[in-house]
Amino acid sequence: MANPSPGSFGKALMAIDADTVRKVANLARIAVEEQRLAPMAEELSGIIAWVEELAEVETSGVEPMTSVVAVALPMREDVVTDGGDAAAILANAPRTRDGFFVAPKVVE
Amino acid sequence: MSDLTTLTLAGAIEGLRARRFSSVEVTAAHIAAIEAARPLNAFVLETPEKALEMAARADARLAAGEAGPLEGAPIGIKDLFCTRGVASTAGSRILENFVPPYESTVTANLWRDGAVMLGKLNMDEFAMGSSNETSAFGPVVNPWRSRASNKALSPGGSSGGSAAAVAADLVLGATATDTGGSIRQPAALTGTVGVKPTYGRCSRWGIVAFATSLDQAGPLAKSVEDAAILLRSMSGHDVKDSTSLSADVPDFPSFVGKSVKGLRVGVPMEYRVENMPAAIEALWERGVAWLKDAGCEIVEVSLPHTRYALPVYYIIAPAEASSNLARYDGIRYGLRVDGPTLRDVYEETRAAGFGEEVKRRVLIGTYVLSAGYYDAYYLKALKVRRRIADDFDEAFERVDALLTPTAPCAAFGLGERTSDPIAMYLNDIFTVTVNLAGLPAISVPGGLDASGLPLGLQVIGRALDEATIFSLAAALEKAAAFRTKPDRWWTA
Repeated sequence: MANPSPGSFGKALMAIDADTVRKVANLARIAVEEQRLAPMAEELSGIIAWVEELAEVETSGVEPMTSVVAVALPMREDVVTDGGDAAAILANAPRTRDGFFVAPKVVE
Repeated sequence: MSDLTTLTLAGAIEGLRARRFSSVEVTAAHIAAIEAARPLNAFVLETPEKALEMAARADARLAAGEAGPLEGAPIGIKDLFCTRGVASTAGSRILENFVPPYESTVTANLWRDGAVMLGKLNMDEFAMGSSNETSAFGPVVNPWRSRASNKALSPGGSSGGSAAAVAADLVLGATATDTGGSIRQPAALTGTVGVKPTYGRCSRWGIVAFATSLDQAGPLAKSVEDAAILLRSMSGHDVKDSTSLSADVPDFPSFVGKSVKGLRVGVPMEYRVENMPAAIEALWERGVAWLKDAGCEIVEVSLPHTRYALPVYYIIAPAEASSNLARYDGIRYGLRVDGPTLRDVYEETRAAGFGEEVKRRVLIGTYVLSAGYYDAYYLKALKVRRRIADDFDEAFERVDALLTPTAPCAAFGLGERTSDPIAMYLNDIFTVTVNLAGLPAISVPGGLDASGLPLGLQVIGRALDEATIFSLAAALEKAAAFRTKPDRWWTA
């Protein structure tokens, strides 16, 4: 087993620093408290260092595998088969008004 | 009347048809067992009234001679399956109050066939975990305890509630899902049988998505026959899932007990990992001997890319999760934390609603998909995934199935492994390859280790060949004669 032993976690080179965590968290729309950035960077670096070993696998000419299902995706008639039930769709919304979802204003 | 909760699913179905007892009686016995087993925290929601209503309707159908294949049998549902009008949380705060207006296809199939729902089962948050400790509603406690101590053990994960409920006789069977081992590893740690079928065998419609190209539903059960009975009802083509296979569903239970004489079974040498506990090595050898005795030919095979499977998985699964979990926005359903701008609502809702492991995986996934890293990580992982699948294709030119241990260890203590994510990830070392290749696999109990904890053997089959793995697992089950149940310490 060539995977690093569990004990090596966190001691790997820091591939991800606190700034990168801030950037990625921003892309993922998850607020991360300032004091959590550094520990998070260490955790994520450990995982990234662990997956780095894939670089040693020869993959030239290998087709990326996006699905295990070999068949082409099925096509259906382009017709309406469902819908017209706004009440069910809105039933779980945290806030609604007049049959709409309510979100903070996005245009001044 | 003897304890109706100790019946197998097959035994209960037979007794219900023979009218030796009613569905209401069987269901009431299980409701009482669930109430007595609350220290296990296996259920996030008990639905006793609904169960008794469904049982009464099942009894009417049994009386009218209109019984379905599962008529009157009470089961549990992993809380990843959406159930109409019944809260479905995926083990997450962000979905704590979510009540689906629709029913998942798999559960709809089970109700069509007459099953009765006892409630929703606890699980790792969004199925991300191998110990049930990432659940927002607290960990499940394994019904099994080591002979040496009364320490609370993990039932494994992510389908820990399903596995614990089956092991403790709280349900006759349960639904579960498996993205990297989430059915088979808990099966191994609780002395139960778990099946991950071929990708596409069961519809994913209405199952809260984790990693779309890997997620697959399957049963957790008390026996191989019970697992076959449940999978037969759960399977089938569904137009609502574009990756659902339009293949016929074989009569899986008819392959249980079928002779395995002449089958060629491969033993992959790369699964002999360093530091594997001696008890697991010994169990694997016993499994080989049992299959030889049953007339199988054992063949050493090589799956050279095995060691890359977990790193591949920990790129692909988080990448898909980061995309799937983008839907939790605080606007359409689920938790909402208000803020002055839309961005604040998104960021604060997701910060409050997701647990640490989910955040970690969404961030990893976002990172490996982001500009500059996509080729080096994500695309590379997809290519190595192909090499892993090719390894299996080559092996299956020489053998009909593969035999491996299910998990690298027996049940471990709650809290023992939470500080190191990678140590936790290593739980799936023998199971994750199968998800990457889309193959069917089953875990069956093989015996106990020195401290009295169950261990599992895994049989992996060709795509769509669940029939062969049911036959082989049944042969192992018969040879192992594993009938030990955990002491019911929780009722004391």
